[in-house]
Amino acid sequence: MIARVLDEVFKSLADASRRKLLDELHKRGGQTLGELCQHLDMTRQAVTKHLAILEAANLVATLWRGREKLHYLNPVPLHEIYERWIAKYERHRLQALSDLKKGLEQNNNAKK
Amino acid sequence: MNKPELVYTTYIRSTPEKTWDAITKPEFTRQYWGGNANVSDWKQGSEWQHVTNENEPWITGEVVESIPPKRLVLTWADPDDLKDVSRVTYEIEPLEDMVRLTVTHDNFMADSDMSGKVSKGWPHVLSSMKSFLETGTGLKVGCGS
Repeated sequence: MIARVLDEVFKSLADASRRKLLDELHKRGGQTLGELCQHLDMTRQAVTKHLAILEAANLVATLWRGREKLHYLNPVPLHEIYERWIAKYERHRLQALSDLKKGLEQNNNAKK
Repeated sequence: MNKPELVYTTYIRSTPEKTWDAITKPEFTRQYWGGNANVSDWKQGSEWQHVTNENEPWITGEVVESIPPKRLVLTWADPDDLKDVSRVTYEIEPLEDMVRLTVTHDNFMADSDMSGKVSKGWPHVLSSMKSFLETGTGLKVGCGS
């Protein structure tokens, strides 16, 4: 059961278009299908298909408001992956590395 | 009405009754919510509090709607800043041998930073609650760490 859920999560994430969809929902939660289509270079059919896969993996949560279906990035399954493999004591070190990477990349961009 | 801002779902291999108890009974909340407890009689109109293990209230509010074991709507505010109030809705739906728990946190004040604060905590609380209900132990790391 748990293995199956994880399979779905990783399969969903193994697609650049779906990651882009999640990025878009991360930027702005609560978008309808129509709004997502406007912001993404994909057909309505493709967005519908990708959303269904993301929803099945529980990476996208949905809410109905009247006749509108709103989509949200659901970070709970990602948090479970994080808890499983990133030991708590590594967290601060990883944060430091991530900050360092960000800092260095900003410097690079500034020089360009 | 604005769109809800934060929406989280998790699928838990449990029953609606047990999930309701995990949210509302202090002896269960303490086991997965970083040692903190949710305390109230959970009747509509009653006060509720989220307290530390020293019973210091961190969050307080009113029970807006209470339909065990399906739906619980609460207001949510820091006791030091009661005007900065938002709303939390728990919805529990049975789904075969599981439940789907959806938490919506919305109605934030325009100038509030509560949304940013809680958006880091909710995924952890829900993962921990799922772990507690399925395995008997919550995740060890406290909230907000």
